[in-house]
Amino acid sequence: MAAVQWYSRGRNYDAELQMCRPEAMPVEFGDYHPLKPIMVTDTKTSRGTRKGSTSSSSSSSSSAPPDPLSSMLDGTDPLSLFAAASATETSTMSHSSFTGDHGRKRKEKQEETMGPDFEPWSSKRGEILARFTTTEKLSINLFMGSDKGKAPNPGSSAVSEKVRNRLEELDDLEEGSQRELLNLSQQDYANRIEELNQSLKEAWASDQKVKALKIVIQCSKLLSDTAVIQFYPSKFVLITDILDTFGRLVFDRIWTMCSDPRPLPDSFTVEDVNDTAKETCLNWFFKIASIRELLPRLYVETAILKCNRFLNKLGIQETLPRLTSTIRGIGDPLVAAYARAYLCRVGMEVAPHLKECLNQNIFDLLATFRQISGESIQKQLVVQRVEAPEYLTLYSPAINWILQCIAYRAPESLLTEMMERCKTLANNALLLNSVMRAFRPEFVAARATDFIGMIKDCDESGFPKHLLFGSLGRSLACADPPESERLTILNEAWKVITKVRSPQDYISCAEIWVEFTCRHFSKREVNTVLADIIKHLTPDRAFEDAYPQLLLVIRKILTYFHDFSVLFSMERFLPFLDMFQKDSVRVEVCKSIMEVFIKHQVEVTRDPVILNAMLHICKTMHDSVNALTLEDEKRSLSLLIIGFIRMVSFGRDFEQQLSFCVEARATFCNLEPVLVQLIHTVNQLAMETRRVMRGNHSRKTAAFVRACAAYSFITIPSLSSIFSRLNLYLLSGQVALANQCLSQADAFLKTAVGVLPEVPRSISVEGKFRSSESFLLDFINNFLATLLVVPDHPEHGVLYLVRGLLNMVQDYTWEDNSDGKVRVYVSALPLLAAMSQETYLYSIPKMDSNETLYGGDPKFLSEINKLCETLIGQILDHLKALARDEQNARRQSTLAFSLFGVLLAHGDLRNIKLNQLAINLWNLSHKHGHCETRVSVRTLESMKLQARQPDLAHLSDTVQRLTLQSRT
Amino acid sequence: LSVLCDMHIELKNNYFYHLQETVGGVIVLTCKEAMQHHGISLSMEGIVNLQLSSKSVGVFEAFYNSVKPIQLISSNIEVAKAGKIPGGKTEIPFEFPLHMKGNKVLYETYHGVFVNIQYTLRCDLKRSLLAKDLSRSCEFIVHSQPCKAKIVAAPVNFSITPDTLQNIRERSSLPKFRIRGHLDATSCVISQPLTGELVVEKSDVPIKSIELQLVRVETCGCAEGYARDATEIQNIQIAEGDVCHGLSIPIYMVFPRLFTCPTLETTNFKVEFEINIVIVLHDDHLITENFPLKLCRL
Repeated sequence: MAAVQWYSRGRNYDAELQMCRPEAMPVEFGDYHPLKPIMVTDTKTSRGTRKGSTSSSSSSSSSAPPDPLSSMLDGTDPLSLFAAASATETSTMSHSSFTGDHGRKRKEKQEETMGPDFEPWSSKRGEILARFTTTEKLSINLFMGSDKGKAPNPGSSAVSEKVRNRLEELDDLEEGSQRELLNLSQQDYANRIEELNQSLKEAWASDQKVKALKIVIQCSKLLSDTAVIQFYPSKFVLITDILDTFGRLVFDRIWTMCSDPRPLPDSFTVEDVNDTAKETCLNWFFKIASIRELLPRLYVETAILKCNRFLNKLGIQETLPRLTSTIRGIGDPLVAAYARAYLCRVGMEVAPHLKECLNQNIFDLLATFRQISGESIQKQLVVQRVEAPEYLTLYSPAINWILQCIAYRAPESLLTEMMERCKTLANNALLLNSVMRAFRPEFVAARATDFIGMIKDCDESGFPKHLLFGSLGRSLACADPPESERLTILNEAWKVITKVRSPQDYISCAEIWVEFTCRHFSKREVNTVLADIIKHLTPDRAFEDAYPQLLLVIRKILTYFHDFSVLFSMERFLPFLDMFQKDSVRVEVCKSIMEVFIKHQVEVTRDPVILNAMLHICKTMHDSVNALTLEDEKRSLSLLIIGFIRMVSFGRDFEQQLSFCVEARATFCNLEPVLVQLIHTVNQLAMETRRVMRGNHSRKTAAFVRACAAYSFITIPSLSSIFSRLNLYLLSGQVALANQCLSQADAFLKTAVGVLPEVPRSISVEGKFRSSESFLLDFINNFLATLLVVPDHPEHGVLYLVRGLLNMVQDYTWEDNSDGKVRVYVSALPLLAAMSQETYLYSIPKMDSNETLYGGDPKFLSEINKLCETLIGQILDHLKALARDEQNARRQSTLAFSLFGVLLAHGDLRNIKLNQLAINLWNLSHKHGHCETRVSVRTLESMKLQARQPDLAHLSDTVQRLTLQSRT
Repeated sequence: LSVLCDMHIELKNNYFYHLQETVGGVIVLTCKEAMQHHGISLSMEGIVNLQLSSKSVGVFEAFYNSVKPIQLISSNIEVAKAGKIPGGKTEIPFEFPLHMKGNKVLYETYHGVFVNIQYTLRCDLKRSLLAKDLSRSCEFIVHSQPCKAKIVAAPVNFSITPDTLQNIRERSSLPKFRIRGHLDATSCVISQPLTGELVVEKSDVPIKSIELQLVRVETCGCAEGYARDATEIQNIQIAEGDVCHGLSIPIYMVFPRLFTCPTLETTNFKVEFEINIVIVLHDDHLITENFPLKLCRL
C-alpha cells in the first residue's frame, strides 16, 4: 500500500469549546448529588434488630413505594432474629439451649439490678489467672475417676462387655476409688479441671445427678488444699467455674420442672412453683446438708443459693448470713477469704440488694486477720518457701472483690466506716490496699491526704508500701483530689516512691504516678519525675527489664502533653527516650510519639526544638529498617515520617525549607516513600516560589528553582520503583517548564525517555505480578500530552523529543502478541496533529512553545506530516499482520476503530485518500462483527452532528458511505 | 404367650401423709394389648421391724431371735374384679383412709439399724395359671401427729476444758484448751435445724477439726431384757483447721429425713437421738461432748 499522505485538520479550539460547552445550569444544592451519602428515609424504629443487613442498599428516595421484600420481613425476619439472639446468647447457649429465651431475659434482668458500672467477675477472672502462676508441680486428689480408659480385664470373658462396663463405672464412682494425679504442670491442671467441668455437664445431661454432685463435691474439696499456695487464687477461679456451672444446671432443671403450662416469669414467687419442683429442690438441699466436710458443703450450698427462690420467699435472705457465719469455721485464713469472695460473688448475682451480709463478711475477715501472723501460717510459709509479702498479695483478689461488692453504690458513710475500721486495725496494709483498689476513685481521691497518712503509719513489714502507693496512684489517675492538696500529695508520695530499692518495684509504682503528675502539673514536675526515673533505672541497666512500664510512662505523658514544643523542651524527655535501647522497643516508642504528633500537631511548625527532636525520632525509626524489615512495617514507618515532613514549614524562608529537605534526604535515604514525598515537597516549593513571584522569577528565585530542579534530578535516580521514577521525572519536568527552566526540563524529559527501555514487562503490584503494559501506556500518553508544550532544543533537530520517544517505543521489547507499540503510535497522531495547529490547545505562561518558535513554518509542518505518514504506515502494516490469523480479528477490529477515531477527529477528511482510508478502516473494524454496535451508532450520530458545521460538511458524504453491520 | 404388662403405683402428695389423711393415688397399668386377669387387689401395711444386734446377744441368737414384727396398720381392698384390661394405659384411682384401730398409735416412718418403721402399699394382679401374677409395692411416708406438749427452747450452755472430761487415761498429758458454747435447745423440732454456737477460747495444740455427730440410740425389748445400741447417723464438720480463737463458730445441722423421727418410747422399743460435739486436735486427741436430744414434730 502506498504511503498515505497526512493532512491535519485545522482546529479552532476556542470555537469548539464554545460549541461543546453546555448551557450553564444552576445546581440546586441540597438536591440529589452522586457523592452525597445515601440516606435511608424509610426508617422504622421497630426494626431495631435488622442491623445493617439490607437497609443500606435500599433506595434513597422517600417517595419510593415500600419495598415489598422488606415489608414482608417486617419485624419477623427470621435471620436477623437469630442473629440478634445469638449475639446475646453465645455465652449462655452451651448450658441452656432448652431455655434460651429464659436465659437471655434473666441476663438482662441481672444487668438491671447490677448496673453496667459494676465490674463483673468475668473481667477479673483472666487477670487472676494470668497473675497467679507457678512452675511448681501440682496435684489433684480425686476420689473417683474421670477417665474410663482402663484396660479390660481379660479373665472375665464370661461377663458381657456391657455389664462389665457398667460394673467398672460403678467402681469408678465408689468412694474408695481414690485417684491422685501428681506432677501436673499448671496448664495440665487447668486442663484436668476443664475435663471435670465437661464430665459434670455430661453426667448431668445423661441424668446421672449423683455423679454430677460427686464431681462438684470433689472439686470443692480441692480448695481446702493449700499446697503450692502461689497458685491458690487461680485454682479458686478454675474450680468456681465448675461450681457456677453446677448452680446453673440445678436452677435450670428445677425451673423447667415448673414451666409445664408456660414458662415461669422471671419474677416468680414461691406460689408459682409446683410441689414436685419444690420437693426436688428440697431434696437437693437435704443432700447437700448431709455432706460431711465443711468446705464442700459450704461451696456447693453457695452454688445453688439461687434455688432458695423455689422454696420460700426469705430463703436467700436467711441463708446468706448463715453461710457467712459458717465460713468462720474455716481455719486457714486464705481459704476462708476466698470462700467469702465466692459467697459475695454469688450473693451479688442472686440478691444484690442484700448488703448486710457483705459487710458481715468483711468484718469477719477483719476479725480473723491476726491469724495471718499466727504460728501455723508462718510454719506453712516456711515449708513452702514463700515470703510474707508474696503471701499477702495472694489475698488481694479476694479482698478486692469483696470490697468492690461492698463499695458498689454504697453510701459515703459506709466507706468512711470502713476506713475507720482500717485505722483501728493498726492500719493493716493489706486491707488498706484493697480499700483503695475497690472504693470509688472519687472517694479515695477526696481523702488522698488521709490515705497517705495511713500508708505512712502502716506496719513496714509484710505488705510492701510501694504497692500501697501504686493503688493510691491508680485511684488518683481517674479522680482528682482537692486542688490545694495536689502538690503535697505528689511530694509525699514521691518521697516514698523514690526510696524504693528494687528498680522493678520502683518503676511499677512510678509508672502509675506519672499519670497523676501529668494530669495536674506542668512540665517542670513531669521533668523532675522523669529525671528521677532515669536516676533509678540507669544503674546496672535496670531499664532493660522495665521496657513495658517505660513505654507506659511515655504513652501517659503523650496523652496529656500534646504541645510538642513543651514536650521537647523538657530537659529529661530525650534522655528518657535514650533508655529504650532495645531496637524493637525503641521503634515502638518512636512510633507512638509520631502517631500522637501526627494526630495532634495541627499547625505546620518551624520550631527548631521540635524539628531537632522529631528528626532524631524519625531517624531512629528509619535506622531500624534493615533487610529483614517487613514491607508493611516499612510502609507504616514511611507514613509516619511523611506525616512529620508535611508538618514542617519554614514559611517564606524557602531556602531553609530546601536545605531541610536536603538534610531529610540524607537521613531517610532507605525509605523510598519518604524520598518520593521529599521530591513532591521540593516541587511544591518551586511552584510556591513561582506563585509568590507571580510567574516572574528574579535572578535569585530563578537560581532557587533551578536548585529545586537539581534536587529532584539527583534524588529521582535513587528510587528503585521504575514508575515512581518515570512519573517524578515527568512531574519535575513539568514543574521545571512552569518555572522557565528549559534546560532542566529538557534533561528531565530526556532522562525519562532514556529510562523507558528499563521498564520491565511485568511488575509486582500488591504482591502479584502483573503486566506493566497498561502502566507504561498511561505514562506515555501523559508524557505525549506534555510534549506539546515543550519547545524544541535549538541544537537538536525538529521534534527531537517526540522522535526520541517514538524510537524508544520502537526498540522497546514489547510483550509478544501485544499491540502496545501500535497503540502508542495511534496516540502519537493526535499530538502531531495538535502540533501542526496555528495556536496550540494549551501553553505555559511566559514560555514559548513550538507554535511561536516555528510560527507554522511549512518545513515544520511537512516534518510533522512525514512523521505521521511513517506512523500510519507502521500501523497499517501491523493491521495487515494481524489479518493473517483469524484469532486476532478482535484486536484488529479494535485497533482499526481507534485509528478511525483518530482520523475522524484529527485528520482532514476532505482529502480523498484519507477519506478512503477512514472508510476502509471502518469497514475493516466491522468485518468480523467484533465492533460494538452501540458505539458505531453513536459515532455515526456524532458525525452527523458535526457535519452540520460549515467546515465539516463533507462528513455527511462520508457518513453515507459508512455502513452499519446488520444485526444477524 | 405372655402379655407384656407394666404396673406401678403413683401417689398424691409426694408420698407424705399424716394420720386421718387419706392415702390416695392411682394404679397405672400399661399393656400393649388387652389382657385377661383374675382380679386386682391393693393392701396397705405398717410394720415395725425390730432386730437384735449381735453385740447384745450372740450372733446366732441375733439371727434367729429377731423379735417378731409389730403390725401397726393393715387393710386390704379389691380394686377390680376379674375381667379384662384394655390395651394402652389404664389408671385405676384408689384411696385408703389412715385410721388406726383402737388405741394404737401411728408411728412416724423411720429407717434405722435395729428398728425400722415402714409403711407400704402393695398391689397384686392375679392371672390365670399359666401367667405369673404381677405384684408391685411402694413405700409411703407417714409423719406422726404434732406433739401436744409445748416445746420450750431452753439453751444449753457447755464449757469443755481438760477438767470437765471423763474417761481419760492420763489427765496430765492432755494439752490445755477451753471451749465454750451453747446449743439453742436440746428439744428440737425435727423439721428445723439444730443450732448453737461454739467458741474456741484457748487451745495449746492447734485444732484439726470440729464435728457434729448425730447418733441414734435404739433400744429393743426382748425375752432376756433389752438391747441398747448407739450408732452414728451422720457426721457434719463445722470447723476445719486451726480456727480463729475467740470467734464464735455456728453449730448448725439439718436432721436428715427418714433417718430421724420424733423421739419414740413404746413398751417394746425405744428410738432416741443424741448429738456429740467432737473436737479433733492436731495431735489426734479426740474430745467429745455428748448431749441427748428430744425430737418432736410440730
